[in-house]
Amino acid sequence: MRLIYGFPIFCMTLSSTSSQPDNPIVLDDRVCRLSGDWNAQALAVSGEVYRRVAQLARARPAASWDLTGIAKFDAVGAQLLWKRWGAVLPQGIALTDSQRALFDVLAEYPVEQAPAAPAPQLFDWVRRIGHGVFVGLEHGLGLLRMLGALFWDLGRLLMRPSRGPWREISAQVYRVGAQALGITALVGFLIGMVLSYLSAQQLAVFGAGQFIVKLLGVATVRELGPILAAILVAGRSGSSITAQIGAMRVTQELDAMEVMGISHGQRLILPRVIALAIAMPLLVLWTDAIALIGGMVVAKLELDLTMQWFFGQLPDAIGIKNYWISIVKGTTFGAWIALVACHFGFRIKPNTESLGRGTTASVVTAITGVILIDALYAMLFDEMGI
Amino acid sequence: MTAAPIISVQHLTTAFGTHVVHQDLNLDIYPKEILALVGGSGSGKTTLLRQILGLDDPQGGVVKVFGRPVRDYTGQDRIALTHRWGMLFQAGALFSALPVFDNIALPLRELHHLPETLIRDVVLMRLSWMGLTARDADLMPSDLSGGMIKRVALARALALDPELLFLDEPTAGLDPQRADEFVELIRVLHRELGFTVVMVTHDLDTIGALASRVAVLAEKKVLVEGSLQTVMATKHPFIDAFFHSERGVRALGATAAKDVNHGKP
Repeated sequence: MRLIYGFPIFCMTLSSTSSQPDNPIVLDDRVCRLSGDWNAQALAVSGEVYRRVAQLARARPAASWDLTGIAKFDAVGAQLLWKRWGAVLPQGIALTDSQRALFDVLAEYPVEQAPAAPAPQLFDWVRRIGHGVFVGLEHGLGLLRMLGALFWDLGRLLMRPSRGPWREISAQVYRVGAQALGITALVGFLIGMVLSYLSAQQLAVFGAGQFIVKLLGVATVRELGPILAAILVAGRSGSSITAQIGAMRVTQELDAMEVMGISHGQRLILPRVIALAIAMPLLVLWTDAIALIGGMVVAKLELDLTMQWFFGQLPDAIGIKNYWISIVKGTTFGAWIALVACHFGFRIKPNTESLGRGTTASVVTAITGVILIDALYAMLFDEMGI
Repeated sequence: MTAAPIISVQHLTTAFGTHVVHQDLNLDIYPKEILALVGGSGSGKTTLLRQILGLDDPQGGVVKVFGRPVRDYTGQDRIALTHRWGMLFQAGALFSALPVFDNIALPLRELHHLPETLIRDVVLMRLSWMGLTARDADLMPSDLSGGMIKRVALARALALDPELLFLDEPTAGLDPQRADEFVELIRVLHRELGFTVVMVTHDLDTIGALASRVAVLAEKKVLVEGSLQTVMATKHPFIDAFFHSERGVRALGATAAKDVNHGKP
């Protein structure tokens, strides 16, 4: 049996003393001689451990052992032999001092067997569905509780405005609002153009090109602008709020605040919710405007409608009520995103995996919730006839 | 100390911006010794450790590990080098997403081709060395106490039977009893397995119990190195403050008292 050396995982250039004979195990009638390397690196070759175990198994029970020829020996190799011998040193073994010391350690600290794994349960999936439902309810309850605490904190803020976290709020408005202007403008402009291209083609078939103003205006201001801005902000600011609060849990900053008597609600949740509730409607209006400019450019190129005419038609086409709807939606979406982000941030456990999972859950929940709220608004406004 | 040094730091210069930390620093570390690196805050002990490990680059000078500049180990050589050393980080640096068992098994699994049954035996063996049970293997790092984190981190550092073990503040954050137990654990393992230890520590008890040689970092270089007695006999404000303080005398007991007398006849 030849060993497969020079295997790509390992090069043994460092080990100047290691010499690998053709066969690390030589059995004869009375003596089992081991040589070569018996360390983790030498054993980490495909199939090597199984080969050696099979060969060791062939040694006679009465055979004596000679380990003095081993060049490199470590606890991994020792464990392999130890198991073969049934956790006792065989009689008449030849060892070097360091090898004997290693086996002494093995003898001193016996490996206890791990408790048996619990048997797989029947109907486990039923239990998991039930668990999922309870987790969902728990999240809902947690969000509701946080909303209640938020109104409480808001009330206290209105009672004593001078003690409010205004500096934090303005910093957050800048971070979630002003710094998001670029990305919302880019995405809004491109979506406006795409929508305009598609509509222009269809409208041109009927010769109804001038209706593009009404179509684009209402669709953008009432639906697309708020949704687009909300999705971008949820991905951009929602995730960062969750990760920030989660990291504060990991570094025990949340505990430190609690010990100092600083309310999480007042200092962390309230400023973020207020900041997003202020910044979101402004971002929505900004996204609306840029998307309409994108649509206007394409209308000029495709349908030859002048920009002045397009611009002049906008007030009649959209109407002030659609603008108010846009602003109301923006505020709701902003508050929702901040609330969800804080909720998941506070649930993060102090380990890296929980941080990643919490951030994902926060963004997914925020975006799904935004679309759900949008659908509710559509039904509500339909009932109200606006 | 006639053997060739296992680590050789030559003419090392380190600076953060204009702040010079090391200037022409020389230090040799020999096989099987336990070297304690001692120095005030900001004297660059941990930085030196990171440079030996190749995590940071010095501005000048060279760090040789096993006779070769640590920067020259690349590709497969670097991987083979990392199997010959282990590091115990100050806060443990356990992978928080993995349970204790997987944390210790990771270096073994990274070798590939080791059968899972052997890995399991080896991991349980290491846990047993550290005084931990198979039940602890399923815990997550966030569920562990400070002492257990250190033990699991030591088990991970020793997973591949390294020749070189680096300890960064091994007893920081442990209560005196846990610290003593941990020091004793390292002492026994060092005696049985015969690795070389380089440790950074502030703890006089740890130095007294473990170190076979002490190197004091001050004034941007190794101020003095040698046995604890040699170091303590040196006259220097830092050494006076560190070893001959009330705390130092208490921790080092008779050694300190005797040497104070020697220093001031």
